[in-house]
Amino acid sequence: MPLGPSSHRAEPSEPPWSPSQTELDRRAFRQSRTKRSAFISAISTLVVGGLVIWLVTRSAGWPRVQTTFFSWDKAVDSFPVVLKGLWLNIRIMLICGVAIVVLGLTLAIMRTLRGPIFFPLRLLATAYVDLFRGLPLLLLLLLLGLGVPALRLPGVTISLAFWGGVAIVLSYSAYVAEVFRAGIESVHPSQRAASRALGLSHGQTLRHVVLPQAVRRVMPPLMNDFVSLQKDSGLISVLGVTDAIQAARIETASDFNYTPYVVAGVLFICLTIPTARLTDHIAKKQGWHGAGGTL
Amino acid sequence: MSLPTTPTALLSVRGLRKSFGANVVLDDVSLDIEPGQCVALIGASGSGKSTLLRCINLLEQVDDGVIELAGRDIADPRVDADQVRSRMGIVFQAYNLFPHLSVLDNVTLAPRRVHKVARAEAESRSMTMLDRVGLADKARARPDDLSGGQQQRVAIARAMVNSPELLLLDEVTSALDPELVGEVLDLLRDLRAEGMTMILSTHEMGFARNVADTVCFLDAGRILEAGPPAEVLGDPQQERTRQFLSRLAS
Repeated sequence: MPLGPSSHRAEPSEPPWSPSQTELDRRAFRQSRTKRSAFISAISTLVVGGLVIWLVTRSAGWPRVQTTFFSWDKAVDSFPVVLKGLWLNIRIMLICGVAIVVLGLTLAIMRTLRGPIFFPLRLLATAYVDLFRGLPLLLLLLLLGLGVPALRLPGVTISLAFWGGVAIVLSYSAYVAEVFRAGIESVHPSQRAASRALGLSHGQTLRHVVLPQAVRRVMPPLMNDFVSLQKDSGLISVLGVTDAIQAARIETASDFNYTPYVVAGVLFICLTIPTARLTDHIAKKQGWHGAGGTL
Repeated sequence: MSLPTTPTALLSVRGLRKSFGANVVLDDVSLDIEPGQCVALIGASGSGKSTLLRCINLLEQVDDGVIELAGRDIADPRVDADQVRSRMGIVFQAYNLFPHLSVLDNVTLAPRRVHKVARAEAESRSMTMLDRVGLADKARARPDDLSGGQQQRVAIARAMVNSPELLLLDEVTSALDPELVGEVLDLLRDLRAEGMTMILSTHEMGFARNVADTVCFLDAGRILEAGPPAEVLGDPQQERTRQFLSRLAS
């Protein structure tokens, strides 16, 4: 017999496990590998970054570009105005975000309803998605932002920011509805079957079984759309609303120094990076199944 | 804890430990397998059978212990895991065939992409292997069009096509209905007779008794009892083994 019972049940008095010399040696090796990787990535980042800076700064037009786009004084000067404009972007993005999720989810549910009774709802939702997903957002902004206030309807606001927001909601909810629908349809039919078998109605199944799984699954693409929304909120500047981009444009008008645009760009990036990292975090948490090992 | 490994063994495991968080799944496991031998791992679900096979295939990083394949510790991070894996075949409980590829492409994938075998050569070798598992006529079919037993036979052909030194089988019949279990076990019996070295986890005690040279009973991550099937299954020494076997019989 080539082997015997390797061990017997641990006695309570047995000392707790501590790694063997072999294992300690492996750990030391893995650690040295990690350190080496960190070193290599630091070096390669420095080299690539240095090369780009060197190439740009020694180009013929650099001094001119530097004063027009990267003027420190102009940046400091325009920063408060652009930041104030950004506050409008933030408000639009938050309010639109909520409206988009509500409308998008409603549309997605309408599109997944089965049975002939719901045909009109399905048709409506499908037509809505087809229409607003097909229309360029810029066109929609101009049509609503310039068209509706011009009607001078009694009791209807002529706030350009409001109609700009409506345009964004219409366009984005069509996209988000499709994301939600993909999530709903990705939940395996056996989950529905199990839920209906327990006596839950169609609606209850949707509410308690399908949607919780669907929403969790589409969280990364939804967050991606949210990041996209953050910067697309800048498109309302075409209506002349003083958001960050419009504020920057006004600042450039006095002396043709474009630094305020760079300031606005940096602020938008500062706005989207936390969301992007949060998206990564959520995606990582979902992708981790605990059994992937070292693959 | 590190007992010396057995030099003649194809695979020699010593003091293997693996935990997921606070949950110790394998605790000081040691195991030897000589070339041409068949070892059956038995035990309740969660006893660590699958994890042991996954550790041997380097799909899991072990916490401690030595896994020697032909005299070389493959658990060492300096070892090229892909190279080691290409010397072993593994078959999973849920087949894990690639649904977007035809049966033939499932089998030819590794020879062509890993071993850089020319397409024609890989296909002729794969067809021989598919013929061997009795599915040559299904080469163009998609895995989803096959029965569970057929899918599992394709998975075995996929694992065998590179002539591995060691075949790992993780409860390969657990997802099959009783009628289909037979066709897969017959195939394994033939491979065994041809001298294939294999480690399998199974709930088929009859198969373990007839085919395995050694049966290991795992409980809570430890090998409680190991030996020829007649001893472990026929005359178990440990109370826990007796308990497990009597539950199966009833």
